[in-house]
Amino acid sequence: MAKVLVVTSGKGGVGKTTSTAALGAALAKTGQNVVVVDFDVGLRNLDLVMGAERRVVFDLINVIQGDAKLAQALIRDKRCETLSILPASQTRDKDALTAEGVAQVMEELREKFDWILCDSPAGIERGAQLAMHHADMAVVVTNPEVSSVRDSDRIIGMLDSTTVKAKNGEKMEKFLLLTRYDPARAARGEMLSTEDVLEILSIPLIGIIPESEEVLRASNVGAPVTLSNPESAPSRAYLDAARRLMGEKLEIQVPVERKGLFDWLFKKRVA
Amino acid sequence: MSFLGNLFGKRATSGVARDRLQILLAHERAIGGGDSDLIAKLHREILEVIKRHMSIDNDKVTVKLDGSGKGCSVLEIDIEVPTPEQTAEMRRLA
Repeated sequence: MAKVLVVTSGKGGVGKTTSTAALGAALAKTGQNVVVVDFDVGLRNLDLVMGAERRVVFDLINVIQGDAKLAQALIRDKRCETLSILPASQTRDKDALTAEGVAQVMEELREKFDWILCDSPAGIERGAQLAMHHADMAVVVTNPEVSSVRDSDRIIGMLDSTTVKAKNGEKMEKFLLLTRYDPARAARGEMLSTEDVLEILSIPLIGIIPESEEVLRASNVGAPVTLSNPESAPSRAYLDAARRLMGEKLEIQVPVERKGLFDWLFKKRVA
Repeated sequence: MSFLGNLFGKRATSGVARDRLQILLAHERAIGGGDSDLIAKLHREILEVIKRHMSIDNDKVTVKLDGSGKGCSVLEIDIEVPTPEQTAEMRRLA
């Protein structure tokens, strides 16, 4: 039974695309068949972060408009054979993304894949609504920062009111992914803590991704961080989050960079 | 911790962030989100019904829908009713 997961946030720049790529690759590494779908029509970037920008021939809009078959638009990752990407269109009109077209593509994807990860555009407009519309579960990416938390709260409200699941009276599973977290600053009271954010948003936590240079390094070279450097702190956090998505019960920790034996001992326990 | 922070010229500001967010979101959850139309409609209609029987100030009715409870939403309707003296005063002025 395929699972449709939307990665959303409301606010831009909090790490939706990075997290989609990292979680998609992490799930695919377990042998699951995964597709990551870019819903950001006009400002696609998932292809670039995944290192597939030069392999895009057809896109989501082409498929919706019948100019290409789904199989022609899907790009298989070169590093991980169970991972595919469906890019968004870069130039076309946003209205080309129709509700019926998206519904049809999602149905077709459900037959081919175990996991469908929808990378939502920022905002609460049409693109973001379509990205979440067919989702069974949602990962709400949030930075420990006031504007991001406020926008996440708004998105959580939308997940509970505008999606197919919500309209059928079913429960939408929502998880918080806290990104760019700095445990030291949170401990000093300079940054909202995990507890603060959880108390305000009151949805279960799926992972805490520490602020890390590795994330930019990975996007520089066009690889999900979980593939480019699986041992790094953010990768381990993403890999654990992926296992939780698959139903495993794991204690949530903020991994630190492994520079030596002592770092391992310093692994921080949170929540 | 904040004492140490103060020594070094920094202040622990996360508490301020948390408090500001809690106040703001309590308000936004009440009026905003997908049910904003519903709340506005309820507010207007409740006001109409009450006005049939007593004179009341538009600002004295608050309608809140709190969906954050576990498994249920709470519709909170708060109506401030004027005292008989105030009503008499309003009638006299009208």
